[in-house]
Amino acid sequence: MSAETLYDKVWDRHKVTTLPTGQDQLFVGLHLIHEVTSPQAFGMLRERDLEVAFPDLTHATVDHIVPTADQSRPYEEDAAEEMMAELEDNVRDAGIDFSDPTTGDQGIVHVIGPEQGLTQPGKTIVCGDSHTSTHGAFGALAFGIGTSQIRDVLATGTVAMEKQKVRKIQVDGELGEGVEAKDIILEIIRRLGTEGGVGYVYEYAGEAIESLGMEGRMSICNMSIEGGARAGYVNPDETTYEWLKRTDYFQENPERFEELKPYWESIRSDADAEYDDVVHIDANELEPVVTWGTTPGQGIGISDPIPEPESLPAEKQDTARRAQEHMRVEPGDTMEGYDIDVAFLGSCTNARLPDLRRAARIVEGREVADDVRAMVVPGSQRVQEAAEEEGLKDTFEEAGFEWRNAGCSMCLGMNEDQLEGDEACASSSNRNFVGRQGSKDGRTVLMSPRMVAAAAITGEVSDVRDLKEVNLA
Amino acid sequence: MTDDVEIPEVNHVSGSGVPIRGNDIDTDQIIPARFMKVVTFDGLGEFAFFDLRFDDDDNRKDHPFNEARYQDSSVLVVNSNFGCGSSREHAPQALLRWGIDAIIGESFAEIFAGNCLALGIPTVTADSETIADLQDWVDANPDGELEIDIEAEEVTYGDETIAVTVDDAQRKALVEGVWDTTALMKSNAAAVRETARELPYVDDAAIPDAE
Repeated sequence: MSAETLYDKVWDRHKVTTLPTGQDQLFVGLHLIHEVTSPQAFGMLRERDLEVAFPDLTHATVDHIVPTADQSRPYEEDAAEEMMAELEDNVRDAGIDFSDPTTGDQGIVHVIGPEQGLTQPGKTIVCGDSHTSTHGAFGALAFGIGTSQIRDVLATGTVAMEKQKVRKIQVDGELGEGVEAKDIILEIIRRLGTEGGVGYVYEYAGEAIESLGMEGRMSICNMSIEGGARAGYVNPDETTYEWLKRTDYFQENPERFEELKPYWESIRSDADAEYDDVVHIDANELEPVVTWGTTPGQGIGISDPIPEPESLPAEKQDTARRAQEHMRVEPGDTMEGYDIDVAFLGSCTNARLPDLRRAARIVEGREVADDVRAMVVPGSQRVQEAAEEEGLKDTFEEAGFEWRNAGCSMCLGMNEDQLEGDEACASSSNRNFVGRQGSKDGRTVLMSPRMVAAAAITGEVSDVRDLKEVNLA
Repeated sequence: MTDDVEIPEVNHVSGSGVPIRGNDIDTDQIIPARFMKVVTFDGLGEFAFFDLRFDDDDNRKDHPFNEARYQDSSVLVVNSNFGCGSSREHAPQALLRWGIDAIIGESFAEIFAGNCLALGIPTVTADSETIADLQDWVDANPDGELEIDIEAEEVTYGDETIAVTVDDAQRKALVEGVWDTTALMKSNAAAVRETARELPYVDDAAIPDAE
């Protein structure tokens, strides 16, 4: 037996056959669907008179268009109501479980899968959403697909894929106070570039990764795609298993935990596995990272200067110049002190309970700066409920944050939560593309939840570690 | 039934070109999210690159997709990491419905390239100098014909024939007409069920009986 990575092992277990194109046909263990990218796929199925092959391995939620303020039906916006109604029809006809808002289980697809125990080590997981890489935090092979591929998965339970190379990203050392998982992944993308991961799957390893909770691992795997890697994963360990035990699936089927654990252990990368590439990052050197531009790769440490475009590789210079013009930043300056209008704490990257807890400790006893619109959008109804129970909602509201219902919200501005005009937003989300947050002149600065909290308080991009008597627990 | 879906072989694509310059053009730029509040892909063509083509008052901005000389173009010529970001198939669907049949570029984001293939749109690559020359030629010859030979991995324009790269699986899928994989994969249903049965986490009850 040759030494193998988790990727090799999970791939082999799910490979049905090799197609005439040379691609492999892979069995899909979990297909997550939502309202934006699935309706056309169901339409194609109807056109071809096909049915959903594995409805029990399919799970739906609504997240992209769902309003986060008034969720009473019909939704105020006709288009949103139509999309929701279409999804309801499709899942009912096919017999697919649907975590809709009346269940208390609704939320961003990449938050609810792990919550319910649908996400498990050694599964292949697909969804019509590029941040499906999130589920790799559990040692699953998880990647985003397009709508025609959703049709394939609905109709056949499989997807056609080419096998990729594996790059191990070894993060050694220990994170300093106030530095977190988000800073690790922003640093990885800054270093390897937004297309550095094309053709690769990322395996995140090392002491700094292993010491993270599942939420931190999810934040990192989530943004693999921003570095060009369609999937990223962490080998499952005791931290993973402890999470799984608490989920619905294993609470309801406790015997399955012991039955499945040998499989989870077996798919871990072998100690002597060979990688196509290995990259080392020293966690001790990291400080909070923020973006200065309009791609997630345009990041810097909070005390670092914004680069001169001329100092960058030739192919990045033009993008950097346009980004600096859009963001209205000057090379040589730091991002510290960059005025913000909006603070957005949410998204599939950073809207889980520990994210909100850490941010709440920053805002506790403080007030949101004048003229800053600050909002918290929990990743799921369960996160929302738990946060309300432990008083986080009160903490945020007392500080002047709006407390919203669960959804994708201002990460991509498909509901009413959007930037206006040229507003600048301190955001815990994953993309700072031009227009991403709903206004083409809007300016997004990506950062960790605590850095968003700090920016909300000071009204400008700030080093959270410099706030007086700050609680960085 | 599935047999009725005819999948054309894509050996050659020809037409005039339209250059879109810039690296890292993401799918939010190709089709802004607000145009995705729809349950079909119909009509997306008019929203391709919308925010780059129109200002807040819907006045036209300088953009190749607004120029009269490119209105009949069908081959998009782009730079690196085109289509990065979201997995939205709405992006290639919008380009297809605008009139794009093939894309030549320095490099493509993976999910975007996969989505293009699922629509039979080749994503052909060449180095940055070759692309820059091609973009300049297209600028100077907006009616000039580009011909992409998928199998031979060549692009001919004017008096030039250049070598390009087409990913192996993509080339086979296009040339042999197997880029729409639904029927092909459905025909392996028995093997799919067998693979599922071997996986410890799949409950037997979740595996459908043979049809």
